[in-house]
Amino acid sequence: MDKIIELRHISKAFDGETVLDDISLDIHDNEFVTLLGPSGCGKTTTLRIIGGFEYPDKGEVVFMGNKINDLPPHKRNVNTVFQKYALFPHLSVFENVAFPLREKKVPKDEIKVKVQEMLDLVMLSGFANRRVTSLSGGQQQRVAIARALVNNPKILLLDEPLGALDLKLRKDMQVELKKIQKSTGITFVFVTHDQEEALSMSDTIVVMSEGKIQQIGSPTDIYNEPVNAFVADFIGESNILDGIMLEDRRVKIDGHVFDCLDAGFAKNEEVDVVIRPEDVDIVSEDRAALLGTVTSVTFLGVHYEIIVDVQGFKWMIQTTDFVDVGKRIGIKLDPDAIHIMKKSKYSGKFGDYSSFSDEMDELSNPGGEIE
Amino acid sequence: MYREKTKLMSNGSRTALAPYSVWAALFIVVPMLFIAYYAFTDNNFNFTFDNISRFFTSVSNIKNEDGSVSEVHTYLLILRRSAKLAVISTIICLLIGYPLAYRISRAKKSSQKTMMTLIMIPMWMNFLIRTYAWMTILQDSGIFNNILKALGLGTVSIIGTETAVIIGMVYDYLPYMVLPIYSVMLKMDKSLIEAAQDLGCGSFSVLKRVIFPLSLPGVLSGITMVLIPSISTFYISQKLGNGKFFLIGDAIEGQYVANNLHFAAAMAFILMVMLLVFMALVKYLTGHYLYGGENK
Repeated sequence: MDKIIELRHISKAFDGETVLDDISLDIHDNEFVTLLGPSGCGKTTTLRIIGGFEYPDKGEVVFMGNKINDLPPHKRNVNTVFQKYALFPHLSVFENVAFPLREKKVPKDEIKVKVQEMLDLVMLSGFANRRVTSLSGGQQQRVAIARALVNNPKILLLDEPLGALDLKLRKDMQVELKKIQKSTGITFVFVTHDQEEALSMSDTIVVMSEGKIQQIGSPTDIYNEPVNAFVADFIGESNILDGIMLEDRRVKIDGHVFDCLDAGFAKNEEVDVVIRPEDVDIVSEDRAALLGTVTSVTFLGVHYEIIVDVQGFKWMIQTTDFVDVGKRIGIKLDPDAIHIMKKSKYSGKFGDYSSFSDEMDELSNPGGEIE
Repeated sequence: MYREKTKLMSNGSRTALAPYSVWAALFIVVPMLFIAYYAFTDNNFNFTFDNISRFFTSVSNIKNEDGSVSEVHTYLLILRRSAKLAVISTIICLLIGYPLAYRISRAKKSSQKTMMTLIMIPMWMNFLIRTYAWMTILQDSGIFNNILKALGLGTVSIIGTETAVIIGMVYDYLPYMVLPIYSVMLKMDKSLIEAAQDLGCGSFSVLKRVIFPLSLPGVLSGITMVLIPSISTFYISQKLGNGKFFLIGDAIEGQYVANNLHFAAAMAFILMVMLLVFMALVKYLTGHYLYGGENK
């Protein structure tokens, strides 16, 4: 796969506030890349730098081997699907899609053919003469995609395009976007804060936080092998505990030693241990090393989500068996349920289920630092 | 969208609107009915078309430059002259006002405030005083000519020409052009401009294909707000035109002062109807252009 875009050591600040801090990223031909992170992590700014709407303070943007730092948007072979679609309200669906072709003075009959082709692709064939303001959110979204693709760009940038759609429609659009990406072979760079969306659509996920890239990898890599507590917490649910790596494949958690699959740490190195809620087995007290008390049970349809207090640390466990609140249970961990991570600045900030959000933590600890 | 809102208007908001409705009825609708009533009656308040027909048929003799005398339709000539000056002023206001509004809307927030204040300050001063100020600037021994003389460029006679009247109108009504265009541009979704750039438009193309069509509602109300007062103005023409350019506003004022209320009302009525027809036409054409004429 050829590199299409290379971001080299990009930094960007707005009014003295650093938004991007030394970002380096390669995006390849025919790849579906997702920039994933909470709001304010710099993902949209990264996208806008690729699109040409912002220029980096430091670093280089390289497009197919050429530095394009200062190239304005209209000279880049990159198109964008904007967050709120940004369709031209004074033009019909047809004219919106034809907009970039008219700018290039494409002959009339060719415009007709191309626009029709795009409208077919996004399944809006019968809507050519409608006003865009009369369309539903999902239909407007499709027009925006058709308009951005009609120029046949090398890269399509999508800035949280599904954020305004309801859940079912969003799922349909996810499938469809993926299909469009495969059939056109255009590289998609997709920005979202929705981890599920990122996991289901991407070839590559770029997890960002506080202006820095935390991890780049395939969805399975990111989920199974998160590099730090931030990534582990942001992608899916995870219990993150302090542990000590006694030796390769042996880790001590809460005073008990477990077998695991990880190696390559220093002897007795302090580490973060990630245990996904679905990987925990609930057993009777006498069969387990870790014991805890069930403090809450939530029925979620597919499974129960139970919170278990183990020596003051709140675990989340997903199980299909019903367990009563107040019951003492044993927690059994198989070696492949345990994932070991190096300590990072995010250690201790995530992974305890006393509450689900930072906001809740703040409420229970007003004025204090979030621990 | 607006239509739906009106439908959904609750009884509560109707009640809240009541004082305004009463006000509007008393001071807008009733006076207009009076104008219509006076326009179609004679001094004894008997129904007549005479006032209206007088406007279209009244003739007088004017002396041409070569000394010959020709007969003209008095009021139609005046109306034509008023329309000409008003249209020229409106076009100049648009040519100055549009780029100005565009520039201001794209400036920094803090500079926007300053610039808008500068544009509005003249409006705080009395209209008569502003016109007098232009008299002293433009008269033959005025500031303008003194500057020209000092520069060794000789003098020009501006006061008493159409140019002077147009300068006065443009100066007085320019803010009414800038304000509505500026507010439309301010409300414009910035991502539409970015979308246009993204789709291949350079800055001129963005202006032509996106910003201008979307600002047309502002342009339309700007034109309305400049054209209407300038077509009916009477004071500017008297002071800056030295009374040589008798406009329809002057004619109405003259008849009113001479206590010919019925004929004054007839002229006002005709002017009003013409403006309404004109505005409806412009509105229809703009809507047609803006939305391709469907779903209207």
